[in-house]
Formats: sequence, C-alpha cells, structure tokens
Amino acid sequence: MSVSKDQLIDFIYDEARMLDEGRYTEWLALWLPDGHYWMPLDYKQADPINETSLLYEDMFMLKLRVERLNGARTFSQKPKSRCHHVIQRPFVDEMNGDTFVTNTSMHYVETRLDEQQLLALTARHDLALVDGALRIANKRVDILNCDAAFRNIQLLP
Amino acid sequence: MGIYTGDPAAAANLVQPNQVHRDVYINPDVYKLEMKHVFANAWVFVGHESQTPNKGDYFATQVGDQPVIQVRHKPDDIHVLYNRCPHKGTKIVIDRQGNTGKFFRCPYHAWSFKTDGCLLAIPLKKGYEGTGLEDTPSGKGMKAVGAVHNYRGFIFARLAEEGISFEEFFGDSLSSLDNMVDRSPEGRLEVVGPPLRYLHHCNWKMLVENQTDTCHPMVAHESSAGTAVKLYEELGLPEDAPKPPAMEIIAPFMSPYEFFEGMGIRTWPNGHGHTGVNHSIHSNYSAIPGYFEAMAETYGEEKAKAILDENRHNTVYFPNIMIKGPIQQLRNFIPLAADRTIVESYIYRLVGAPDELTARTAMYNRMINAPTSIVGHDDLEMYERAQEGLHVDGMEWVNIQRLLEEDEDFSEEAVLNGTTERQMRNQFDAWRKFMLYDQTAQQEAAE
Ligand code: FES
Ligand SMILES: [Fe+2]
Repeated sequence: MSVSKDQLIDFIYDEARMLDEGRYTEWLALWLPDGHYWMPLDYKQADPINETSLLYEDMFMLKLRVERLNGARTFSQKPKSRCHHVIQRPFVDEMNGDTFVTNTSMHYVETRLDEQQLLALTARHDLALVDGALRIANKRVDILNCDAAFRNIQLLP
Repeated sequence: MGIYTGDPAAAANLVQPNQVHRDVYINPDVYKLEMKHVFANAWVFVGHESQTPNKGDYFATQVGDQPVIQVRHKPDDIHVLYNRCPHKGTKIVIDRQGNTGKFFRCPYHAWSFKTDGCLLAIPLKKGYEGTGLEDTPSGKGMKAVGAVHNYRGFIFARLAEEGISFEEFFGDSLSSLDNMVDRSPEGRLEVVGPPLRYLHHCNWKMLVENQTDTCHPMVAHESSAGTAVKLYEELGLPEDAPKPPAMEIIAPFMSPYEFFEGMGIRTWPNGHGHTGVNHSIHSNYSAIPGYFEAMAETYGEEKAKAILDENRHNTVYFPNIMIKGPIQQLRNFIPLAADRTIVESYIYRLVGAPDELTARTAMYNRMINAPTSIVGHDDLEMYERAQEGLHVDGMEWVNIQRLLEEDEDFSEEAVLNGTTERQMRNQFDAWRKFMLYDQTAQQEAAE
C-alpha cells in the first residue's frame, strides 16, 4: 500500500480534531510505542535529553497525562480545559517509502474559566506506515514564543 | 493612602506566632513595603556566574522589584548594577543576556559606562561644563547595588548600602549550597540552558512556603503521582524490570505521611531551612555508572560517600529561592505584584560528572516545574484558589501552627518532625525582622 500526500495531510487534520474533541483513547492509539512528544523550551533547541524542555514524553507519560485529565481528584481540571486548533495546510516535507515528515503551522487556543491563551506554533510529525495504517513515530511542537513566561498549558497542542 | 503606607511596623504586626494576616499576601501596600524593606535588606539571589562566563557578558534579572544587570567586569569580578540609565532612566539592556563588549552604551543619547558602572563618556560633553553634573548622582554613572557576594558561583546581592553581612545572613545554611556544588567532582556547576518561566497569579510567599509543605504532596498531587502509581500497577511489570522514568521522579510524591514525618525539617536563623534531614523523595534514584568513581577520585571514598548520602530535599534561602542539592536545581520566585509571581527554574551541570545526571535534572525540571507539568498544574491550582479565597472577609488569618511549640526561638538552628510548619514560621520571623530592619538600625543609631 502506498500513501498519498493527501492522506498525510488528512491524517494531521484528523489528529488535531481528535485533540479538540478530547478523543484521547483514539489519539493515543495513533502513536507507535516508542514515540516521544517533544516541546522544546529553547528556540531551535537541538537536544531533548540533556537540556530542559517543556515536554519530552514517552507513552507512559502521555497516558498518565491523558488519564489524569479525567481523575476524580484532578482539581486543576474542575472545570475542564478546552482547546481549539486552527491549522494551516500541512507541508509534506519528506516521503521516504514508509516514513514521512510533515510540518504544520497552527494557532492553538486553550481555555478554562475566564482565561484563554493563544499560542502560535509549528508541529513537525514523523509518521510511519505500519501494518497498513499511518502512525505517529515522533512529534515536535515548537512554540513561537517559547521563551515567554507561560500560564498553565494543560492540554496538548 | 492605605493603612500600611510607609508604615513597616504596621505590616510587621501582621505576623503572629501561630498565624499571619491575609494582608501579607493580598495587600499592595504591604507588597510595596516588603520590596522596600525585606528585599532591600536581605541577600537576594541574582544569578550564577556561568551565566556570564566572559568579560562583558551580562544577564538581566530582578532583585525584588528592581531591574538589575549581572555583568562580568573582569575575569574574576562580577558586578550587579541597576538596569537604568543615570541620564533619563532608559533601561540599558533589554535582552535577557548578551555581551556588551568593553562598555555599556545607552541607546537613547549614547552616554557610555564601564562594565563596573562608572561613567565613561557623554557626547557633546561641553554642554555640561560648569553645570556641576559631576556632583550629581547622574554624573557618576550607573548605580551599583549595595553589596555583591559570589558564593561558589552563586551571585547574591544586597540592595541596601549598609546592613547584615553575607556570612551572618546565611550562616550554616550554606551547607546546602556547599553540598550541591561538592557533588561536582571538580567542585563547579554550570548553568544548562534557559530556565523554565511559569507565571502564577498568587503571592510569591505562597510558593516559597510550599517548598517545605510536606502535608500537601499526597493530597494535591494524588491526581498526577497517584495516577502514575495506578498506571504502573496496571502494567503488571515484573519487580526487576526497569521502571518508567516517571515512576522514579513522580511516584515518590505519593509517599505516606510517616515518610514525610520521618524525613525531618531543619531551620536556620534568618528564614532559611530545609526538608529532608534524614531522607527524601530524592533518596532512591538509581546509581549512575562512573559517577561515584569520579567523586571518589577527587574526594576519597569516605568523603564522596558523605557528600552523596546527603539527601536534602528542598532548601529555602530566604526570601525567595529554593535549591535541590541532589539534582542541582534552583527555583527563583520572582515577585511581580502582590498577586503575581514568575517562577524561574534553573538546572545545573555537575562539571566532571556523567551526562546522565544532567539528563535526570532536565527530566525532573520538565516533569515537575514546567508550565506544561501535571505536577505544576496541581500546585498552581492550590495557590491561586488560596489567593482568591483570602479575599473572604470575616476570616482574615492564615494558620501556620502545625507542631507549634511554646516560645519558639528562630535564632537557633533546630531539627524537627518533617511535617512541622516551623519553617514557614521561621520565614515570617525573618520577614518581620527585615521589614523592621531600617527602623531598628535607626533606633540603635539614636541610642
Ligand atoms: S537616557 Fe541614557 S543617554 Fe539619555
Ligand atoms: Fe506540590
């Protein structure tokens, strides 16, 4: 089976919609087991391990993060946050057989109670075709103002 | 004009042995007074020397609400200057760090200053001839803070010209900083990357008090640490299988009350203190190959073991930083307003130690201290609920009397049950002392 550029682009749109609609079980199932979600702290950061990042999460941490959102004693989610992605048509930067790289600019809005914040960001997806399905091998999200002081970011861009 | 305006004694009266009045957290006049008296008379953290390694390197930050520049004037000489042009007030540097070369040059009218602040040149200087500019503060150059001390790479400043010495202010509490630096086989730390910056809508003191609040982790962090434990159990991994890193870092937050009682709290004079006298949530981190060997080579096995056996958890340096020796971190609680605080969380590399140690502190930082951290979310929610709740009239005092003893004397070091709130009382004792410092000094001068 081969993957078309449009299928890759649709995949990115679908993922954003899952996150906006809070369909986290489906979203976790998109990931390959050894994938990492990386959100650098520094502009153009190259090293996720030996420097501080905002996020560098394996599947255990991502599951924990998602599970926590619905916990009976998760007080920072009473009431719950909501999020909203507005994405630009993804660039498909690489198509190498079964692996692909896309680059997507987006505006991410997260809100809870009277507060709402807007983040401009770029997401790089490393995708892989495994058993006939597209999966996320890694995801890197660069926030345009990564060096600013942030309030809580509780959901996932 | 408010009831506290210009009256530090009125503010000092908000502190009682077992409780403090809510105005210490929510009143803007009390906030102004603490900036003017507490932050001016105490020794406050500025930065680490490795943030300005070369001549002309500078780093812009705040001491209390005062914008300052840490700058390397000579290879072994770091100065702390107010970030303000003596001409018309323009901030001299706007970026957070950089190199200014041999001198600072104000971007407005090009007055220039040596990196120790001294006036270097003024364009069209003849316009000031005979005007007596040299006799004014503006004619002297950029103003320096009252005093600066570099302690093993950590730069502290006292804004006041006169006052308590560095040694007297910190006393034996420096043992925590020593332990953090000694963990480097070369006795040297280096900052790693920029700090996390996390904006809280609460008073800076709530964050500082939380550092030794050992009765909240198993409650407020049940959502994150408790869920981590549950997920791990569901995985059903064999005992000896490697644990997910999150388990090593986050799960210890769920330790029971007895663990925190037994870990102990030590307080020192002038508001400093630490949790983890006997053990701490950092005690059971896995050993990193090659590290002990490197330490033993420098210090000998016995001393190396003694350094690494120290597992101090959080050490609070009054007024507004906390360090974690075992993982080389420093959190700076920078006040912006009575209800606004930026928390900057730094990590350091142990020079001469394996990279895995840096990786662990980086992991701890993002898992616990980031604006994206689930543990951070738990805490912020509590602080901000408190900041709002304190506006309730008719119930105006905040209780700090867990394990209160009669006639507590904070001028003596003490080691107690790890769930005592004595360190919070110790901080308020110091807060009161430095709030009244100028007044006391005046009285003593008059006598
Ligand atoms: S304000 Fe700096 S030179 Fe005039
Ligand atoms: Fe906490």
